[in-house]
Amino acid sequence: MSTATTTESKELAPVSAESLAALLVTKERPPRPSAWSASMTFGWRAILKIKHVPEQLFDVTAFPIMMVLMYTYLFGGALAGSPEEYIQFLLPGILVMSVVMITMYTGVSVNTDIEKGVFDRFRSLPIWRPSTMVGYLLGDALRYTIASIVMLTVGIILGYRPDGGVAGVLAGIALLVAFSFAFSWIWTMFGLMLRTEKSVMGVSMMVIFPLTFLSNVFVDPTTMPGWLQAFVNNSPITHLASAVRGLMGGDWPADEVAWSLGWAALFVLVFGPVTMRLYNRK
Amino acid sequence: MSTQMSGLAIETAGLVKTFGETRAVDGVDLSVPAGTVYGVLGPNGAGKTTTVKMLATLLRPDGGEAHVFGHDIVREADEVRGRVSLTGQYASVDEDLTGTENLVLLGRLLGHHKKAARERAAQLLEAFGLSEAAAKQVKHYSGGMRRRIDIAASILNTPDLLFLDEPTTGLDPRSRNQVWEIVRAVVAQGTTVLLTTQYLDEADQLASRIAVIDRGRVIAEGTKGELKSSVGAGSVHLRLRDPDQRDLAAELLRRALEAKVQPEPDPVALTARLGTAASDDSAAEQASRALGALASAGITVDNFSLGQPSLDEVFLALTGHDTHDSSDRSDDPKDEVAA
Repeated sequence: MSTATTTESKELAPVSAESLAALLVTKERPPRPSAWSASMTFGWRAILKIKHVPEQLFDVTAFPIMMVLMYTYLFGGALAGSPEEYIQFLLPGILVMSVVMITMYTGVSVNTDIEKGVFDRFRSLPIWRPSTMVGYLLGDALRYTIASIVMLTVGIILGYRPDGGVAGVLAGIALLVAFSFAFSWIWTMFGLMLRTEKSVMGVSMMVIFPLTFLSNVFVDPTTMPGWLQAFVNNSPITHLASAVRGLMGGDWPADEVAWSLGWAALFVLVFGPVTMRLYNRK
Repeated sequence: MSTQMSGLAIETAGLVKTFGETRAVDGVDLSVPAGTVYGVLGPNGAGKTTTVKMLATLLRPDGGEAHVFGHDIVREADEVRGRVSLTGQYASVDEDLTGTENLVLLGRLLGHHKKAARERAAQLLEAFGLSEAAAKQVKHYSGGMRRRIDIAASILNTPDLLFLDEPTTGLDPRSRNQVWEIVRAVVAQGTTVLLTTQYLDEADQLASRIAVIDRGRVIAEGTKGELKSSVGAGSVHLRLRDPDQRDLAAELLRRALEAKVQPEPDPVALTARLGTAASDDSAAEQASRALGALASAGITVDNFSLGQPSLDEVFLALTGHDTHDSSDRSDDPKDEVAA
C-alpha cells in the first residue's frame, strides 16, 4: 500500500477529460445478458480468483490426498484385511465425503465477499438476480472436479481399479459434482445469513461432520444399531455414495442415482429461494 | 411518468429506513433535477449512505416512496438498475482482480460481447490514466487509483444517474481535485450525479443544489447561494500579539463587520463569523476592512486566516447544535496569510 501511494504521484497519468467525454457520448446500451451468460461471467470471475490466489486450491488438492491416505491405511487392515482390498470399497465413498466437505468453503467465500463493496455493485446491476450465486457455484464445481481427479489419481496409485472403466468413473464424478452444486445452496444461505466467517465455519462443521460420517462411506450400515441405520440408510450422502460406488464399479444403480438427484433437486428448491431472499434483503 | 416530464431524476416522499430502534432515514423528501450535480451534505451517520442505497435499489425502504426517472424503486427496481450506477464509499470493485479484469467482468455483465467489453475497458483505463496499472490487482492500487477504477466501472455504460457516495473521503487534495474533474466531465455529458459528502467545499465546488441531512432528515435544501446566505460567508481567525488588546479588537471587529465575534481558548485568538447581513461584500473584502480597522487602532495582528464556513458552522447555523460526529476536515482555514 505505502509503496503504491508513493509511486502514484510520480507515475499516475492524469485523467484525460477529452477522451472521457468521448467515451461518455456513447449512450446506447447493449441488451441485457441472458441468465446463462451472466452466470458464466460470474463463474469466470471465480476462475480468475483461483488464478490470482492459487493457494486456495490447497483444500481441493492436499486435503483430499490426506483423506485417501489416512483412511485407507488407518482402517484398511482392520476392516477389509488389507489397504489394497479396502480401497476398492472406500475410494468412491471417501471421494463423496471429501468433495461434500469441500463444499462448505462456498459459504465462507460468500460471507467474506459480501463484506466488500463489490457486492453492492453486483446487486445494483440489471441482471438475473441468482447469477452471482450460480457463478460462485460454477467456480466451485470446477474445484470439485479438480478434487475428484486428484483423489482418483491417488487411489489408482494405491491400487484402486474401477470396474466401470472410464465411462463409469466419469458418470460417478458427474453425479457427484452435480449433487455438490445443488448441496452448496445450503452454504450460500448460511454465508448470507450469518454475520462472521467464523460462525459460518462453525455451523458448517456442525452440519457436515454428522452428515458425512453417519453414512455408508466407511462401513456397511448393517453392523450399526437400528436407530442409526434408520438415519444412515436415508441420508442423502449414503444414497450418493452408493450411486457413485455403483457407477464406478460398473453397475447401473438407477434407484440410488434417482435418490441422489432427487435430494439434489430438493436442496436447490428449498435453499435456492431462501438464498435469493437473503441476497435481495442484504 | 409525470416526474420524467417535469425533468426530475429523483423524487422521494417521506422515505424511511429503520435499523432496529434507529431511524437511519426519517422521512426524506428530495427532488433532484435531471442533468445536474445534486449534493447531499451531512456528517457521518446522518443517513446519506442509507438514502443512496435505497435509491440504488440495494435497500428496501420501510416507508415513503421514491421514483428514479419515474420508476418506483421497489416495484420497478430492475428498470431503475438499468439506468443508474453506484460508486460506494469503499471500492466497489473486486480487489483480487486486475483493473482490466474488473472492467471486462462488468462489461460482460452489462451485456457487451467479449471483444466490445475488452475495448471499452482499455479505453476507460486509458482515459483514467490507469493503462500502466491495468494488469495489476486492484488491491495494490493507491487510494486515488481505486477511486478512478471505481468510477470507471460506474460509467462502463454511460448511466443516466450516477450515485457517488463520499467519493473523496480519505483522499489527498490532489486526488480529490482529480475526482472533481471526473465528476464535471461526467455531468457535462448529461448524466445526473447525486453526490454525498461531508465537506461543504466539495458540495460548493460541484453541486448546483444541496440538501443538508442531519439525523435522517433534510434540514435545509436549496441552491448553493441560498444555503450560504443562511449560513454566512465564513469566518476570520485572528491571532493578536498582545492579549490585553483582545477585547478592544473584538469590539472593533463587531462594528466593522457587524459580525459575531468569539474569543477562543487561546488568549490571543479571536474568530469573527462573517455575516450576510453586513453587505454584499465578499469574504475577502470584509476581512481586509477588518484588518484595516485593527491596524488604524494600533493593534498588531500576528496571524490571520480566512475560513470557508465549515460543516460545523452550517450545522450550528441550521440546527443550533454541533455535528454529532466531528469530522477531521471540518474547520480547515483556507488561504493562510501571515500578517
